[in-house]
Amino acid sequence: MTVRDIIGILDAELLYGDDELLDQEVAHACGSDMMSDVLAFVKDQAVLLTGLINTQAVRTAEMMDMKCVILVRGKEPHENVIDLAKDRDICVLKTEHTMFCACGLLYQHGIRGGEKV
Amino acid sequence: MTFNYDVPGDDFTRAGEASGDLKKKLKKLGFPSSVIRRVSIALYEGEINMVIHANGGHITADVNTDEINLTLADVGPGIPDIEKAMQDGYSTASDQVRNLGFGAGMGLPNMKRNSDEISIETELGVGTTVRMKILNQ
Repeated sequence: MTVRDIIGILDAELLYGDDELLDQEVAHACGSDMMSDVLAFVKDQAVLLTGLINTQAVRTAEMMDMKCVILVRGKEPHENVIDLAKDRDICVLKTEHTMFCACGLLYQHGIRGGEKV
Repeated sequence: MTFNYDVPGDDFTRAGEASGDLKKKLKKLGFPSSVIRRVSIALYEGEINMVIHANGGHITADVNTDEINLTLADVGPGIPDIEKAMQDGYSTASDQVRNLGFGAGMGLPNMKRNSDEISIETELGVGTTVRMKILNQ
């Protein structure tokens, strides 16, 4: 699945991302509002779903080599979030879905959590 | 080579700038992505800690082909109980910090997990210095 596919599945709004970013293949995702947990438990997930709308969502994605941040619950990011995402080449989407539903929809379409359980 | 960063303590939005910059530099220097990831996570956690607990500080990154040595020094309040602070989930962070996505008590344990060696010197009311070594392997 590509990031472009995710936009369709989540009826998401593209806040930042060029064609190259949108055509990236992604197979695993994680969902959390706690960046501490993302930094501690995430391995190779390429997508971060979060309700956190400050710059640390993008910075955390950057440190974890993630390709895309999806803001859930229709939240608008803080003003400097998109500038940082552009600079770090990380795609940012926004969806009206809740965290639970957004994760569920992606799972239904084949995205997995990457956990070894 | 050595890279130095001042971490401002009054601006949470800038926390992570040093980690992001070092990550870019290590990429340019050709370090493997697995090593860069460990350095980035360890340093980012430390940088966040400096901002939320110690009103900023100074980072020195000594980089050579075999290893990366990170020194994070602050003049904050110090860590009252290092043993507790190293436990997963133990946190003294405020609700305000948790609202910003941090303070789950994973910082120091995660720094330890992502480094090959870690040492912490701390004195109450004087400050804390954390040293981490990450081997290039």
